[in-house]
Amino acid sequence: MDPMEAIRVTFFQECEELLAQLEEGLLAMEQGEHDAETINSVFRAVHSIKGGGGAFGLDPLVRFAHVFENLLDQIRGGVTEAGHEVIAALLRASDMLADHVSAARDGGTADEARSDAIAAALVALTEGEAHGGDEAAPAEFEGLSFTPMTVALDEEPAGAAQAAWIIRFKPHASLYNKANDAVLVLRELGSLGRIEVEVDAEAVPLLDAMDPEGAYLDWTVRLTGETDEAAVREVFSFVDEDCDLDIAAADAAPDAAIDLLSSLLAIGTAGAEAPPLLAPAIEDIIAAAPAGAPGKAETAPAKAAESAALPAPQTIRVDLERVDRLINLVGELVINQAMLAQRVMESSGAGQASDVNLALADLEHLTRGIQDSVMAIRAQPVKSVFQRMPRLVREVGEAVGKRVRLVTEGENTEVDKTVVERLSEPITHMIRNAIDHGLESPADREAAGKPAEGSVRLTAGHRSGRIVIEVSDDGKGVDRARVKAKAIEKGLIAADAVLTDEEIDNLIFLPGFSTAAAISDISGRGVGMDVVKKSVQALGGRISISSQPGQGSRFTMSLPLTLAVLDGMVVSVGDQTLVAPLTAIVESLKPRPEEVRPLGPDNFVLQIRDVYVPLIDIGQAMGFSRTRVDPTEGVALLVESEGAGRVALMVDNIQGQRQVVIKSLEANYRPTEGVAAATILGDGRVALILDIDGVVTANRRVANRRDPPAREPLARTGT
Amino acid sequence: MTQTVLTVDDSRTIREMLNHTLSAAGFRVVTAEDGVHGLDVLQTERPDVIITDINMPRLDGFGFIEAVRGDAAHRATPILVLTTESEPEKKARAREAGATGWIVKPFNPTKLVDAVRRVAA
Repeated sequence: MDPMEAIRVTFFQECEELLAQLEEGLLAMEQGEHDAETINSVFRAVHSIKGGGGAFGLDPLVRFAHVFENLLDQIRGGVTEAGHEVIAALLRASDMLADHVSAARDGGTADEARSDAIAAALVALTEGEAHGGDEAAPAEFEGLSFTPMTVALDEEPAGAAQAAWIIRFKPHASLYNKANDAVLVLRELGSLGRIEVEVDAEAVPLLDAMDPEGAYLDWTVRLTGETDEAAVREVFSFVDEDCDLDIAAADAAPDAAIDLLSSLLAIGTAGAEAPPLLAPAIEDIIAAAPAGAPGKAETAPAKAAESAALPAPQTIRVDLERVDRLINLVGELVINQAMLAQRVMESSGAGQASDVNLALADLEHLTRGIQDSVMAIRAQPVKSVFQRMPRLVREVGEAVGKRVRLVTEGENTEVDKTVVERLSEPITHMIRNAIDHGLESPADREAAGKPAEGSVRLTAGHRSGRIVIEVSDDGKGVDRARVKAKAIEKGLIAADAVLTDEEIDNLIFLPGFSTAAAISDISGRGVGMDVVKKSVQALGGRISISSQPGQGSRFTMSLPLTLAVLDGMVVSVGDQTLVAPLTAIVESLKPRPEEVRPLGPDNFVLQIRDVYVPLIDIGQAMGFSRTRVDPTEGVALLVESEGAGRVALMVDNIQGQRQVVIKSLEANYRPTEGVAAATILGDGRVALILDIDGVVTANRRVANRRDPPAREPLARTGT
Repeated sequence: MTQTVLTVDDSRTIREMLNHTLSAAGFRVVTAEDGVHGLDVLQTERPDVIITDINMPRLDGFGFIEAVRGDAAHRATPILVLTTESEPEKKARAREAGATGWIVKPFNPTKLVDAVRRVAA
């Protein structure tokens, strides 16, 4: 990757961190923390984004950031009070800044109208615009008190390039104190043309009276060459306040000069050649960089915002590909270890306490340990997802006119990277739903004796080997009468169906369901909750709701900690061994003959208590066996599938439950309907992992050719 | 002999850009993330030039420059201040603290290298 590209990537990564730092700081200020460090941290975040943005020429971003920075500078300088209104404006500005960053990164454009409006609001809050105009233009070196030398075109030729200049230059001690030196200045003058230098050393005292850091020399330089006064002054730009300086044009005829310091300057002129331009020198850099620039490990102490007392833990940056490879290898290790154990057991004839078996037990223990540690590398706190929520809450609240406060807990709960990224969508939907449908308007809330500001709580935690995320609100809860009526109206349940409160609440997960009287744009057309359920299930998770009328609702989502391993039920079908994802299985049972009923010529249904579910013979459905398994001989797995409710899968028998490492079939072979992935069992054979929904869908397609699908009454959803 | 530049800036992006530009120009570059870190690095490095930002956590540019000027080992090391701010007060303050020169961000790579060469003995 081109180095500038790599640095650009770094910049946008840094922007993500800075934006988070910015929002965190502003939220802290909103809570009343006005200490200098918080305010400075907020200022620096915007300052750095602007700085980097300028380097890449991201003008709209820089313009906006400039206005933002000005106001923040005034706040940190105590000129402007950061009251409630101001902070609200700052929060809006930080959202806008985030949009600018995204637009810059993805090559789009941010909403100009909104940007201008917010910028205007910021300017209005800023006391007097002392510094108008951009600093965005790439800058030249500025002398600390540089008077722009007007080499104006209407001036006399005296302002133009002159043939010669006489320069008198007398350094003060302060010049040396700033680590500058006359020789450096003279050397630089020498790069403008030919110089003849004279020094007046009259003022130098005798050694015993001399201050080694004093200034006693006075230089006169005659510079010949076509240069203008601006260029000459430029040389003195760092030192002009620390010396007496006089620049005058000389006549063209060169004097014979006494060059006392030519030897000194000869050393100096060596450094005067033009520096190499950036582009050609890139090759060396690339050659020197390790393959895959991101692989460079940099020690970066983690930022510990609150706990300044704790020593910051060391972190390194690692290329994600390397981690994935490692996890893959460890997965293979686990499989191999299982195979080894099995072989040993089979061949040695079960010598339980033998050395080999003991060693194997140790090996298994070690392997599990390695697997856990490696999984932990990729584990990330859900904080990155939670961090986006305050902004979402602000926006949705504003859009529907409700006041909302977001409380989060457990943001440091860790989950595999593969899962973290996909959490964002379901959580976003749940929060939107809570604000739009759960919370009442401020007026209604006050009428009900609640505080006008509604609150939404987002928590994450580990529970029995899974991660549980809850979104709860203190709104009006599920209106059960309305939900039930709507479900009946939409034909989702029978008119006379008897449902528990919990069952009614869970009706909202059905596709095509919405009770919003006015469908506001953000919640979409009633696909909200079923989309959530879909994404959760795609992750191997479950979701459920519990609600108290008038008090609020709570959505609980439980997910596996990682997508790389799966808890599965290992079953036999014909001569095949298959794995069914445990999360999809509701129960398993041995059907009795009278519970199996035919439906049409080819299909069967299974009666489970007082409910009928389609019965699918897996062996037949997947082409593993020609004959149907006798339902009374086999085992039925009752599974939850999307879109088809509950289905019973017929298998020969159950071998056991196991955690298996998922191997992609798609990546190694091709996508196959009904098969999600594969794994390698301890005996070395490949076992396919069932895609429950795929199997069910395929089966329906076949069955629906002639008969309409059996409409089973809705059974209890969610477990 | 290769000259060494110490760059002190809390922005990773800026550190990388400085490194990129200065390395291409033949300098050896060492970095620090803020004033405190910069002083740590100076315990073991003798850079020929120091480039520092103003706005940094823990110890800002002004504090850093003052500390360096008060340190016998490094008080004669040229320090260039690199920042987006160009208000006179900030510049004056940097000068008083002992800064040798001043470069405004976003920096032009050629001029950056020129400035470093100018002050590097």
